[in-house]
Amino acid sequence: MSPSDSVPKDSGPAVARATPPTNVWAWLGVLPFFTFVVAFIFLPSFVLLVRGFQDDAGNFTLTNFLAIFKGTSLTFSPSGLPELDLNTILSAYWISIRISVTTAIGGGLFGFLLAYAVTLGGLPRWVRSGLLTFSGVASNFAGVPLAFAFIDTLGRVGLVTLLFKSLGLDIYDAGFSLYNFWGLSLTYMYFQFPLMVLIMAPALDGLKREWREAAENLGATSVEYWRHVALPILLPSVLGTMILLFGNAFGAYATAAALTGGQINLITILIGSQIQGDALHNPGLGFAVALGMIVVMGVVMIPYLWLRRVSERWLR
Amino acid sequence: MKRSALWSWLWIVLGVIYFFAPLLATLEFSLRASRPTLFFSLLAYQQVLGDPGFWRGLLFSTLIALLTIITSLLLVLPTAYWVNLRLPQLRPVVELITLLPFVIPAIVLTFGLIKIYSGRPFHITNTTFGTNALLVGAYVVLTLPYMYRAVDTGLRAIDVRTLTEAAQSLGADSITVLTQVIFPNLRVALLSGTFLTLATVIGEYTIASFLVGLNAFGPYVSQIGQNRAYQGAALALISFSLVWTMIGLIQFFNRGIPGQSQVAGGR
Repeated sequence: MSPSDSVPKDSGPAVARATPPTNVWAWLGVLPFFTFVVAFIFLPSFVLLVRGFQDDAGNFTLTNFLAIFKGTSLTFSPSGLPELDLNTILSAYWISIRISVTTAIGGGLFGFLLAYAVTLGGLPRWVRSGLLTFSGVASNFAGVPLAFAFIDTLGRVGLVTLLFKSLGLDIYDAGFSLYNFWGLSLTYMYFQFPLMVLIMAPALDGLKREWREAAENLGATSVEYWRHVALPILLPSVLGTMILLFGNAFGAYATAAALTGGQINLITILIGSQIQGDALHNPGLGFAVALGMIVVMGVVMIPYLWLRRVSERWLR
Repeated sequence: MKRSALWSWLWIVLGVIYFFAPLLATLEFSLRASRPTLFFSLLAYQQVLGDPGFWRGLLFSTLIALLTIITSLLLVLPTAYWVNLRLPQLRPVVELITLLPFVIPAIVLTFGLIKIYSGRPFHITNTTFGTNALLVGAYVVLTLPYMYRAVDTGLRAIDVRTLTEAAQSLGADSITVLTQVIFPNLRVALLSGTFLTLATVIGEYTIASFLVGLNAFGPYVSQIGQNRAYQGAALALISFSLVWTMIGLIQFFNRGIPGQSQVAGGR
């Protein structure tokens, strides 16, 4: 899903020549695609929308959506700081969003640094092709096997855990756990940063040598060049890719389920147990919660589409 | 320049450690199965490969993946072709649709599909065939963004209109144009989409676990790993080498062709 793809829009005028019969055939040609889209994308989303607004008897209601926010209150911790006291559903959303933001920013920065290192960082050519191959593999290595690999690495008897222990450091005593927020984030990073590398490496290649030379001829220092030329050009595509990473983590289910055995309160895990057997004891609420995920993704997609258009102006 | 190369090496070394540590740890763990008798052994691998369930799951998921690829190509190819050639006004609509699978997470899609097709009036999940068809449909949705992008990028890289008109002026009908002229030119794009789909679908867990359970490879791997840790580690490495093979093939076919997608995204 590379965000930049800006071949000029299709050749326009020739289309107008199409005669009506051709048009009918052309529409028939795309009919299977649209039928499929209706059956497998629109209907499943539509059922969430409709049933999310229905009570058990099938009457229109807003209770399901209100129930998502019910039980939430503003309390004050002993230190006097206000704390949002969240119910299970909202805190599931909140943990999912926090993990997604953390790994999008962390994976985004690390991926950017790596992409920079192999494009403009003055490294030999083979490092670059090696990194891109690994990134292609790692970005597609998600789910259950990834969780197992991390359990064997940083779990209670994982190789790295034992390695630290033999050096006298028990990382679990020190507060680390693979099965909580930070452990899960560290695991997600494995498929997050490679995606950034794969998208940013071509974007960094797209920085034209002439831009740098022009800036230097006008007396710009390296910092000024980055601040006023390179970063403004790259920023839309960096931010756009981070949004992709956000969605990547927000929708992830398999990795978290296998890593924590469903013991972490993520929104995808919550929906999973709702599918298995109405864990919320309220079917309507289940539809509303699932629809909520689409709403969150829809909201983050709006800046993504805008950023993609902006980034295409300079990079292709 | 010297100093920046030093920083670059630092990041690369960090990346290499982060990338390989889990793989090495998993390898080491998978070889521990015979301890304390034998320090390292291939016992876990022998057990995995000797389990009929492993081959059943792998075969099932491979077949589902192949059906996904065929269905996906049947839907995407004509659509991308027609949108490029005759219905450019549809382009924004189709591009937006191919982004939708990204907006609808797999678990939510599964939820919606089960709710709509397992009950009245469809009852599709009552038959094995129906459930498998539903699984293939869900995978087509999952792989739609990059399948469409691969084909669309391929189509835009060649001059579809001129090729089509040239073939037609030589007397070719529409089917001949597609099969003899357009498809061969899209070979690389189609292969990329195909192997990326294979890499994604064969180990897929989320949708498979709710629709077909242990029949599929992903849920099988999960089940084994929960009960037998050494075999789980072996399976994780086997899955990893499957992905590596697919991505390696994509990069082999794509060599010299920039801009081809090899990103499927997380699960």
